[in-house]
Amino acid sequence: MKTFSRGGVHPPENKLSATTGIQALPPPQSVKIPLSQHLGVPAKPAVNKGDMVRVGQIIASGDGFVSSNIHSSVSGKVLKIDNELDPTGYKRPCIVIEVSGDDWMETIDQSTKLVKETNSEPESIISKIREAGIVGLGGATFPSHVKLSVPRGKKAEYLIVNGVECEPFLTADHALMLEKGEEIMVGTQILKKALKVKKALIGIENNKQDAIRHMADLARNYDGIEVFALKVKYPQGGEKQLIKALLDMEVPSGGLPVDVGAVAFNVGTVFAVYEAVQKNKPLFERVVTVTGTSVRNPSNFRARIGTPISALIEASGGMPEDTGKILLGGPMMGKAVGDIAIPVIKGTSGILLMPGIESKRRKIQPCIRCAKCITVCPMGLEPYLLMPLSEKSMFDRLEENKVLDCIECGSCSYICPASRPLLDYIRLGKANVSKLIRTRKSQ
Amino acid sequence: MSTVVIYTIITLITLGAFAAMVLYFVAQKFKVFEDPRIDEVEAALPGANCGGCGFAGCRNFAEALVRSEDFADLFCPVGGNETMAGVAKILGREPATQDPLVAVLRCNGACEFRPKTNNYDGTATCTIESALYGGDTGCQYGCLGHGDCVEVCQFDALHMDPVTGLPVVDDAKCTACGACVRACPRNLFELRKRQKKDRKIYVACMNEDKGGLARKYCAVACTGCTLCFKVCPFEAITMGTNLAFIDSEKCRLCRKCVPVCPTNAIIETGFPPRKEQVQTESSSVPSAESTDNTAEPAGDKDISKNLKKEE
Repeated sequence: MKTFSRGGVHPPENKLSATTGIQALPPPQSVKIPLSQHLGVPAKPAVNKGDMVRVGQIIASGDGFVSSNIHSSVSGKVLKIDNELDPTGYKRPCIVIEVSGDDWMETIDQSTKLVKETNSEPESIISKIREAGIVGLGGATFPSHVKLSVPRGKKAEYLIVNGVECEPFLTADHALMLEKGEEIMVGTQILKKALKVKKALIGIENNKQDAIRHMADLARNYDGIEVFALKVKYPQGGEKQLIKALLDMEVPSGGLPVDVGAVAFNVGTVFAVYEAVQKNKPLFERVVTVTGTSVRNPSNFRARIGTPISALIEASGGMPEDTGKILLGGPMMGKAVGDIAIPVIKGTSGILLMPGIESKRRKIQPCIRCAKCITVCPMGLEPYLLMPLSEKSMFDRLEENKVLDCIECGSCSYICPASRPLLDYIRLGKANVSKLIRTRKSQ
Repeated sequence: MSTVVIYTIITLITLGAFAAMVLYFVAQKFKVFEDPRIDEVEAALPGANCGGCGFAGCRNFAEALVRSEDFADLFCPVGGNETMAGVAKILGREPATQDPLVAVLRCNGACEFRPKTNNYDGTATCTIESALYGGDTGCQYGCLGHGDCVEVCQFDALHMDPVTGLPVVDDAKCTACGACVRACPRNLFELRKRQKKDRKIYVACMNEDKGGLARKYCAVACTGCTLCFKVCPFEAITMGTNLAFIDSEKCRLCRKCVPVCPTNAIIETGFPPRKEQVQTESSSVPSAESTDNTAEPAGDKDISKNLKKEE
């Protein structure tokens, strides 16, 4: 069975909500939709306070190429456009909408009938994806139309569909593959057409046997789609790791997957592409896993963007009393939040409620030079070295040691027997080094 | 036996003399001329190597001073005017003068005024916490209290107050080198003009949220109500984003703005206590009793009363 070669860890999988299917969550009473839910320039609001909006109506337009449109996920009245707490932990511009009814734009096809045929040209597919505000739903939230616009001089040969979901606890992609497999296949065909490639590879980790079987059965009816079972290893869902596992090719340092002829999309993104192109439905809802060892009903919800996470926690049986930490995302890469009023955004794949005992940080001890962090780093970096360099602000040496190659998977912090906060410092170093590079470029 | 010793001595002396000659000629040939004044200037500098001047240590700064024609933008904040006058004398130029400065912390959000809304248990440095999220209180502008500033202060002028959880500047030891200004991820330190007897009046808040929101999470937040702005006779106060700022160059320490502040966000230190009369005049607003201690927030009892009123 295939897997990537360098590094990796095996955290307990804990896929508690793997078999619960996807439940649709009704729209909440009010939504907060942040203007910056994607990598790149924040969108510009296209509505004013007091405006009435409908489901699927564009409320903020992407400002520039690397940016993304944002659509209303509910129908109702725009209460205000103000700074509100968003998943970054800071107050940022958000559009707050008070919900009344559920009035969809008539352009959206709400039927669940599968539409297989697509007559669109590659350019019109890409522009539709751009219009629909689709970003990478695996968590990085990179605008998809930018990924699809292959730079001149480079050629895409493979489309990689990422159904790995290597992050423990999360099952959103798993549930989606089981329920919407056919749609994902059609979405894959659409993306193949947009990229003008002949071959698509779907990678699924071996702990999702039912999804592998289901997808492989479906793939037989479609041309040029192959499903691969992959050995379970974190962080296989990382784009570069998945390309290594499936194609045995390494993306060069500082390069993009397209440098080796591959373009990768998460299954969630592929499903959103299907809905955008075939059903005219922009991206305003997504599947979110709500899970945790003491959560009453760990489940997968189809939630509107902007729904406060408190509504999702409520729907899964309420906040467990022993909750010590709330993470957006999984336990490895997730981000702790300090407030349950913050909204679900395009990049929210899960909400993990960690019991107090599980979430405690252990005492930081001195590095014992065991080099475990080097062994597990999937990018071949030396975290033990990067941390003190970042701590001491030695940014030029950080850059030499390829700190920007770090994918922030957290394997080093996970494995460290001295519980050193390696990733915290590396992240800080990354931010400072990219700032340095930007100033150097602007000079 | 003795001949062996004699030969050894002769050989070693010859070798030594030869090596000395080689070294002498090499030293002459590859001599790097260095202005002797650099050493003199360096000796006149404080030698703290703090980087407050913007150069990598005193030697580097001395080189820049010797090279410079008119000391433009060159100043040693640690040594101050005295040191700069000494340097000017060595180099035979006009001395540069600057008003002495002192660092102040523009946050008064002690634990009692700014309750925690969540617990942060990550790496205990301000830079990392601020990179992760807005902090463990509702105020995303205020002090995080891990003491990155205390760590970088080379002059022992900063200490954490265990009661308030805020760093305290020791005016006598502060040299205004600016290390804390650079270290604070929230930009809470400001270098202000050092006034007579170390008297200070400043707005101890950087919260740019709207007034009500700022007050919700911190009892001593500046709400941007503009009362101080209106009362200032010297136009020293300017309004920023929901925030007042007192310009230390223009402020004449008249103390009129302090009692009008409804949230006690304006702090005065180093003043003698106010007379009774002033207090009765402004009885509707909590008066800020001045103390010599910077950390002591003015009139805490009044604030708690205020809080209850709001609720």
